[in-house]
Amino acid sequence: MSTTVLPSIEQVPEAPAVVRDARRETIPPITLGTVVGVELRKMFDTRSGFWLMMSIGILSVVATGATILFAPDDALTYGNFAAAIGFPMAVVLPMVAILSITSEWSQRTGLTTFTLVPSRGRVILAKAINALVIGVVSMVIAGVVGALGNVVGTALAGVDTTWDFGVTDFLYVTLGNVLGMAIGFMLGVLIRNSAGAIVGYFVYSLLLPTITSVLAETQQWFRDAQPWVDFNYNANSLFEGGFTGENWAQLALTGSIWLALPLALGLWLVMRSEVK
Amino acid sequence: MIEVDNLTVTYGAFTAVDDVTFTAAAGRVTGFLGPNGAGKSTTMRVMTGLTRASTGHALIDGRRFADLPNPGREVGVLLDASAQHAGRTGREILTIAQRTMRLPSNRVDEMLDLVSLTGAESERRVRNYSLGMRQRLGIATALLGRPQSLILDEPANGLDPAGIRWMRDLLRGFADQGGTVLLSSHLLHEIEAIADDIVVIGNGRIVAQGTKRELLESAGTLVRSTDPVVLTAALRDAGHTAQAAGGTASTDALRTDASTDVVGRVALAAGVALTELRAAEGAGLEEMFLELTAETQREGAAA
Repeated sequence: MSTTVLPSIEQVPEAPAVVRDARRETIPPITLGTVVGVELRKMFDTRSGFWLMMSIGILSVVATGATILFAPDDALTYGNFAAAIGFPMAVVLPMVAILSITSEWSQRTGLTTFTLVPSRGRVILAKAINALVIGVVSMVIAGVVGALGNVVGTALAGVDTTWDFGVTDFLYVTLGNVLGMAIGFMLGVLIRNSAGAIVGYFVYSLLLPTITSVLAETQQWFRDAQPWVDFNYNANSLFEGGFTGENWAQLALTGSIWLALPLALGLWLVMRSEVK
Repeated sequence: MIEVDNLTVTYGAFTAVDDVTFTAAAGRVTGFLGPNGAGKSTTMRVMTGLTRASTGHALIDGRRFADLPNPGREVGVLLDASAQHAGRTGREILTIAQRTMRLPSNRVDEMLDLVSLTGAESERRVRNYSLGMRQRLGIATALLGRPQSLILDEPANGLDPAGIRWMRDLLRGFADQGGTVLLSSHLLHEIEAIADDIVVIGNGRIVAQGTKRELLESAGTLVRSTDPVVLTAALRDAGHTAQAAGGTASTDALRTDASTDVVGRVALAAGVALTELRAAEGAGLEEMFLELTAETQREGAAA
């Protein structure tokens, strides 16, 4: 201490540094696994969080039921069940990713989270791992519910059961949804406010594609350039599958500009920003 | 032990914390006193790694907070009891902290007992908690990991008188067992009642620090008389300070650095009749606090 040491400090017996360090060694460090477990728990332990997660399963069942009820008999194919379930998935999963990040700031829980785990990167990584796991598990649940719907629906209608949606299609759609979550995650990290990030997501994934599709329809030069500049265009193409090497290159290129770059900026801000 | 060394935090042209240096020693309660917006919370956020210092640093038992492998086990932190997800139950909030710190799960019940939150209360969602209950929950979270240091920002806020008494005893016991306690408050009597050492901050700068006794002693003597103008002149002629006592409403009161017997003799020589003469403890510290922070306070020197 350089200045103003309070008097009488010297008289207070203090644990010698050796004892203190020995005590420190008995404390288990916080591992990534610990943080992943805690962060997963935090996604389920509030009423809003719990029902958001439950809605994944519920919406799968509702979409399947609606398909059985309303689709014409010849449209009762696995592909159509998958499409029906896919729509609510594509909306709910990014919300899960957004809120896992933004609630730390909007609900101010970050004050506790980041004082218990000062390594913010580790907390964000744990949240990313959980988002990925939830995305994949949700898709498996959706796939199973859709398959059951297909079996039940075709039996009720008395038509042949058609499996026109294979493993490759499933992988494409899963990747598409995981990218949707990654967009939500990126916006959550960048904006760090629940309402702002959700609005941002709809602008990014609904408004922008509308504008670019109008542009592509009216402007020949944009239609030619679109696959090389429009990330949404490439990400949405995943839901149709059948990617060529060039398609993957376009996805990687546009993804690094519209997803990886802003994510890196957001992470940099999260590391530096003040938690209040 | 918590050491803060030449700590400065600036936001653009605004300096929130200006070259602050102090130590909160083990076995003692250190009170961090200052008016609203003085920089107490910012300093505490730097200590806990939530805000970056522009220059200088803060160390917990010789290490930066961010370098502690499991900080909750070494330093208990309560910065804002209301900063919790309103939809979580009190028990759930403690359970999250317990799991993060890798503690046995029975610690949660031990802590609920310690802060007198009943089983039924612990199952309620925090949005239904009073501020006092949130403070108790926050103190439970801070103590959960059996830390050796505590950093508490305005912990008495919202507690009822019995709760304040309870917390005072709790922190006293913690310090008596060798723990380090740093707590902030903008209420002087709160700090006066519990702290061994006091750090007074105003406008981001430390304006006074020392043991409580030292700061009380430096507060001098309070004297009332029938003729304060003559007495002021007499005290100043005798080489002492003398000014109107700002902490009291009446204008016949003076505060001086002369001891009571000196004031008595000066008054006798000047022929001024005294109506009251006493050491300015208690009220003196408050007056000192008002005076020290007058120029930096929003209310200005009018107080």
